Amino acid sequence: MLRGALRFRAKPGLLGRGLNTRKGGSTLDWAGKVPEIKKKIQSFLPGGDWNPLYDTSHLPPERTDVVIVGGGVLGLSVAYWLKRLEKQRGAIQVLVVERDHTYSRASTGLSVGGIRQQFSLPENIQLSLFSVDFLRNINDYLAVVDNPPLDLQFNPSGYLLLASEKSAAMMENNVKVQRQEGAKVCLMSPEQLQNKFPWINTEGVALASYGLEGEGWFDPWCLLQGLQRKIQSMGVVFCRGEVTRFVSSSSHMETMSGEEVTLKRIHEVHVKMDHSLEYQPVECAIVINAAGAWSGQIAELAGIGRGPPGTLQGTKLPVEPRKRYVYLWHCPQGPGLETPLVADSSGAYFRREGLGNNYLGGCSPTEEEEPDPGNLEVDHDFFQDKVWPHLAQRVPAFENLKVRSAWAGYYDYNTFDQNGVVGPHPLVVNMYFATGFSGHGLQQAPAVGRAVAELVLEGHFQTINLSSFLFSRFYLGEKVKEHNIF
Amino acid sequence: MRHLEQNLMSYFQGNTVGVEGQARVGPGNERGLGGNWPRPRVGHKRIQYLHLVAPLWNGGTRGIRGMSSAVAPEGNQSKWGKLLQFLADRFYDVEALREYLFQKQVSKIHQKNRSFTYIKERYGPYVAGAYFILKQGGAVKFQGKEWIRSSGRGHYSLEFLNFQATPVEAVDASGCAINYQGLDNLLALKELQSLQLQRCPHVDDWCLSRLYQLADSLQELSLAGCPRISERGLACLHHLQKLRRLDISDLPAVSSPGLTRILVEEMLPNCEVLGAEWTEGLKLGPEKQSRGTASPIPA
Repeated sequence: MLRGALRFRAKPGLLGRGLNTRKGGSTLDWAGKVPEIKKKIQSFLPGGDWNPLYDTSHLPPERTDVVIVGGGVLGLSVAYWLKRLEKQRGAIQVLVVERDHTYSRASTGLSVGGIRQQFSLPENIQLSLFSVDFLRNINDYLAVVDNPPLDLQFNPSGYLLLASEKSAAMMENNVKVQRQEGAKVCLMSPEQLQNKFPWINTEGVALASYGLEGEGWFDPWCLLQGLQRKIQSMGVVFCRGEVTRFVSSSSHMETMSGEEVTLKRIHEVHVKMDHSLEYQPVECAIVINAAGAWSGQIAELAGIGRGPPGTLQGTKLPVEPRKRYVYLWHCPQGPGLETPLVADSSGAYFRREGLGNNYLGGCSPTEEEEPDPGNLEVDHDFFQDKVWPHLAQRVPAFENLKVRSAWAGYYDYNTFDQNGVVGPHPLVVNMYFATGFSGHGLQQAPAVGRAVAELVLEGHFQTINLSSFLFSRFYLGEKVKEHNIF
Repeated sequence: MRHLEQNLMSYFQGNTVGVEGQARVGPGNERGLGGNWPRPRVGHKRIQYLHLVAPLWNGGTRGIRGMSSAVAPEGNQSKWGKLLQFLADRFYDVEALREYLFQKQVSKIHQKNRSFTYIKERYGPYVAGAYFILKQGGAVKFQGKEWIRSSGRGHYSLEFLNFQATPVEAVDASGCAINYQGLDNLLALKELQSLQLQRCPHVDDWCLSRLYQLADSLQELSLAGCPRISERGLACLHHLQKLRRLDISDLPAVSSPGLTRILVEEMLPNCEVLGAEWTEGLKLGPEKQSRGTASPIPA
C-alpha cells in the first residue's frame, strides 16, 4: 500500500517536476525512509498540503486571516499579541511574510539595542514603560515548554542625556512629563554630574537627565529569537517571500458632508518566492504593514498616495529608509563599568560594550549630510569628522581611541515628525501600519504590537491610547514632534 | 503527598537546565517537523522556519523551571519523564496540565512576593518589611535589638510588631524567594545598613538596578551564589557610594570574575570587594608563564 502511494506521487506532474525522485534504487535504507514515507502519507491526508498537480509545500497558505508584511521585531510583536489576545485558541490565522530570512538589512538586528523612557511625548513614555515591563518579564510572556529561558543580556545602566543652555528648559519640562508618567528620571547639575562621572567634561552642559531605573540596552537578536520561537509554538506561519502586489476592490461612498470618497479593501496579497517568478496569491482579511524601512514601498503598492497632492488620496506614507552608522572602538582609559548610554547635546552618543573597554556609538547626521540609503556601506570619514570631535570634547579619555569595526543600519525614518505610524489607513480600510518609529522602534515594539493587536481585534486602543499616531495626521498636518530623537 | 506532587511537577516541567551542547537545544528540536510523526492538530502548516542565530544560552543560569526540579541534568530524566513529555507533545490535555502546574508554581512565587499594604498602613514600613522577610524564611535585625529569625518550620516570634518606630538595620534574606516585586518591601527600609542576598534564586540584574534607593544607608551587601546576577547588574551598584563591603563570590552568570572584580573595585573605590578572585578567570599556564608574571626583570 505504501509502495503504491509512493508510485502515485512519483508520477511526473503536469509541470514535469520530479516530485520525490527515486534515487538509484539501491539498498533500502528503511530507517531513513520511514520519516519520508510518513511525511508523504500525512501530506495527502485531509489537512495536508498535497496538491495533485504540483508540489506547493514551500508556498504560503492560500488563505489566512492576517498577513503581516515584515518579520522584524515589530511584525513579530504584532503577531505575538494577535495570538495572545485572540478570544479563542486558534481563532486567528496569521501569516508573517519576510523576504530576507537572514535579517541582513533589518533594522532590528543592526540596532544598538537601547531602551529609555526619556521622551517628550507621554505616549512614547508609556510605550517604553510597558516595553520595559515586557522585557523584564520576558520569560513569563515568551516561555515555550521545554525550551531554555531567554537571557536578554540587559544592562540596566540607564541613559544620560546632556543639555546645553538652549535646551535646558525643554529638558526640565520633559523630565516633569516623564516623572508624571512614572519614569524614574533625575535631573543633575554640572557639579553633580562631575562628581558622579568624573570622566565627563561638563563644559557647555547646563543640565543633565539621568534614568535611574528601567533604562539601558539589551540584545535585540535575543528578543527577536524569543518572539519567533514563541510565535511558532502559537501557530503562526512564516513565509520567506516578498510581497509584490495587492489585489483590492474599491467602493465609492459618500461622507456625511456629501463628499465622494473611494474606499479600498485589500483582498489578496501576492507573495513572490525567492529567486523565482513563482508567487502565491494569499487571500486575507487584514494586512499589517510592518516592513520597517521599506514600509513606504509597501504602502505605494497598496495605492496609498496615488492621487492629487494635498488630498487624502494623495497623502503618501512618509516613511523612508535613512542610513545610520554605528562604530565600535576600543579606548584603554575610557569610562568605567558604571557608564550609562551618554547622549550629548551635539547628537553624538556612546555606550560601553562588554567588559573590555570597548564602546559603541555614533551620531545622527544633519539633513544636508544624509548618506545615500541605497546600500549599507560604512563611511569611516564620518566618524573622523563628525563623531570623534564631539566625543573627545565630552569625554577627554576618548582622545586616544582605536576604531575596531563599524556597521550601518536603517532607520525607518518618518520624515513628517519622526514618530511612529500606528493604526489603519482611512481609505485602504484593512491595511494597518506599525512602522515609522525612526530609531526607537525596537524599544517600543512590544507595546506597539499590543496596541495594533487591540485595534485589530477590538477596534480601539485599550491599554495605551495612540490616537495621536494615526495616519490621518499626515493629511491634517498635525505634527506630534518628539524632541528627544538622536 | 507533597513529595509526590513535587516529583510529578519536575517530570512535567521536563528538562530545563542548560548544559551547553545539549541535544535538545537547536532548530532541529522544534516540534512537528523532522522525523517525528506530526501532532493531531488541524489546520496549521509549518512551511518554513526562519533560521536565526543559535540560542544564546547562558550556561550558568538556571531558569524558573530549573528551580523547580531538585536535580535536573538531562540524564536524570527517567523513562517516566520522557513518556510524559512524549504525551505532552501529542495531547492538548497533558500539555495543558503541564502549563497549569507551571503556572501554579509561578503564582506561588508571586504570592510570596506580594506587597503587604494593610500591614504597612497599620504598623509602618519597618514592620511590614520585617514581616515579609520573616515569612520568606529570612532574618531581621532592628536597631538596638537582637536578630529575629524564623525557625525551620516557619515560626517566628511576633515581638517585632511592637517595633513600629525602630528602623531595621540588617536583613538576612539568604535563600529566600525574593524577586523584583518583593523588593518593594525591602526598599521601604530606608535605614538599612546590611543586606544579605546570598543564594537567592530570583534576584537578578533588574533587582540590582533598584537598589539605588538604599544608597544613603547601605554599607554591606552580599550577593554570593545568586545564579542570575551578571556583571551588567553589578554595574548598577555604583549608586551605593556608602557601601563598604561587597561580596560577589560564586556568581555563575558573571563571565569573567577577575576582570569584573577589578572593574567593580574601580567603580566603588571606598568599598572592600570580596570574592571573585582575579585568578579565577585566568588559566594557569606552563611554568615559564608564571615566572614571567612574577618577576618582571627586563630581558
